[in-house]
Amino acid sequence: MIVAKRKPFDEILRMIESHRKVLVAGCGTCVAVCLAGGEKEVAVLAAEIDMARRLKNEPIELGQTTLERQCDREYLAQLDGRAEAYEAIVSLACGVGIQFLAERFPKIPVYPGVDTCGLAVNQDVGWYEERCRSCGRCVLDRTAGICPVTLCAKGLYNGPCGGTNRGSCEIDPEQPCAWYAIHERLKGQGRLDCIRAITPAQEWRDTVPRTLIQPGYRKPEKAKA
Amino acid sequence: MRLSYPANVKIVLVPCTGKVDVMHLLKAIQMGADGVYCVGCLEGACHYNQGNLRCRERVERVREILQEVGLEPDRVRMYNLSSGEAPTFVAYAREMTELIRRLGPNPLKNSQPAIRVEEAA
Amino acid sequence: MMKSGSNLEKILRAGHFAFTGELGPPRGAHAEEVRKKAAHLKGRVDAVNITDNQTAVVRMASWAASLILIQEGIEPNYQMVCRDRNRLAMQADILGAAALGIRNMLCLSGDHCLFGDHPTAKGVFDLDSIQLIRMVKQLRDEGKFQSGADVDGRPAIFIGAASNPFADPFEWRVQRLAKKVEAGVDFIQTQCIYNMAKFREFIRLANEEGLTEKVFILAGITPMKSLGMAKYMKTKVPGMDVPDEIISRLQGVPRDKQAEEGIRIALEQIAELKAMKGVHGVHLMAIEWEHRVPEIAERAGMLPRPLVG
Repeated sequence: MIVAKRKPFDEILRMIESHRKVLVAGCGTCVAVCLAGGEKEVAVLAAEIDMARRLKNEPIELGQTTLERQCDREYLAQLDGRAEAYEAIVSLACGVGIQFLAERFPKIPVYPGVDTCGLAVNQDVGWYEERCRSCGRCVLDRTAGICPVTLCAKGLYNGPCGGTNRGSCEIDPEQPCAWYAIHERLKGQGRLDCIRAITPAQEWRDTVPRTLIQPGYRKPEKAKA
Repeated sequence: MRLSYPANVKIVLVPCTGKVDVMHLLKAIQMGADGVYCVGCLEGACHYNQGNLRCRERVERVREILQEVGLEPDRVRMYNLSSGEAPTFVAYAREMTELIRRLGPNPLKNSQPAIRVEEAA
Repeated sequence: MMKSGSNLEKILRAGHFAFTGELGPPRGAHAEEVRKKAAHLKGRVDAVNITDNQTAVVRMASWAASLILIQEGIEPNYQMVCRDRNRLAMQADILGAAALGIRNMLCLSGDHCLFGDHPTAKGVFDLDSIQLIRMVKQLRDEGKFQSGADVDGRPAIFIGAASNPFADPFEWRVQRLAKKVEAGVDFIQTQCIYNMAKFREFIRLANEEGLTEKVFILAGITPMKSLGMAKYMKTKVPGMDVPDEIISRLQGVPRDKQAEEGIRIALEQIAELKAMKGVHGVHLMAIEWEHRVPEIAERAGMLPRPLVG
């Protein structure tokens, strides 16, 4: 899932310092699961902002709401007619949701309350590890299900490099060397030939903003309201 | 035992301090309480296994939040005792009261939050 | 078949035991510092590696320092890492280098930015070292850019790369070397060797795979300057294998004799490497110790360097 981390409080406070009526909008999907921007986190942030501003003698009127998702129009539509009452919105959705929200209400400044940190697995409550960079050219078939783009610090396709350090990446003993792991797993499956051949230079697909249209569908003439 | 503890301490009963949420503590301070403290079982002896440990971690988190917004973390504290220790309960009540007296009244009690919950349509 | 006509290539193809050195460019624009270091190496080695932002620390560009060396009458081994350039800049630099007389090149991955003085910079890694080798070979032998378009004026480059026999998994290192050979590498310089037993095993496997007949291998040697250096290399440098015997030998001599002992160890290694099947030369990395190279070259019996027409 997409994971995000709540921005430092003072950073959020600075974003809204000129505003006197702000809506804190959370999202009930990815950011709720990774404990960054769901209903609970919205309540905490609203309380924090309220307390900090009252202590500074600069009271603020706040709204708090949590939409099911901010990346689907039908849920954003629930704020139509109500968002306009606010001077600004702090969105705790991931970067995708924040932008969709901002696009729907272009006259209202929408501020990010989180830093979106990647596509990650859920190792345990509160502990998420990045696994995918959405490069759009998945090679997991050849690397025994270990992503060299994400997990090799240099993103090598013909690794490991000379800095591999007893199974760890040269950058940090705690960081496993992806190519060491790929080799071990392919060896266990008897498939080392997958990496014996040279992987040629990449044709990068993530250098421009991407639009995905599934087969059988087409882009409508005008985006639905 | 008919021991008396300071009258300014208002008790909210919970089956286990594990039931106490971050927002319960935060809201109390936000609404003007001068201090909030949780009294849970001795660590290792929680009737529900780990509830008191979760409470302690939540208290820690709230203390961090208070620090960030500009309030004294000590307004929110965690205490542990066993259910038979009535005198200890009184001691904690007195200790917390004294501590809060030294910190002074919660500056937030002179104003009210203006928060509106926008329900989903 | 001569690919570049460089001094290093001529020496290796003539069957001589090659001897190369290394030089790190300065952290500033003073060309004089390159000349001063180079002066120690002139005539004592066949070619001199010029490092490229080594350990991700910004230094004068390796192409520039390489040109200064050419001005001094010394042949450079132009190092290029994959960390700082994309395929456009790489090809452009290679064409420029070739146009200005650079004939040897090393294709390396490059240390991660986190190691250096600009740790939050973006590492490019558009290509990895094996893809870079292939690209240079394609420019040189097919006259085609990586995109497939024609090159008007092929760069005549002797292509080198690095090999680390000591990194894990050990059994894969020879396979990775094989990949580099397949990609088109002409010569290899290894990571500096302290564990001779492991290196002998690596060379044995490389011989078995027939790789040592397809590529020239120069064994890397870095003399230990002190016990402190040995301990640092043993524990703090990723991919480095320093056996306890080396530490013991340096511990066994008084402090002011450690440098001499370090040189002695290096000389013993060089003597063995000269006779080792599959080893075609030695690459001496006496970084920031360039002034000792003349003495080491002399005592290792490397002088005078052969002159090949």
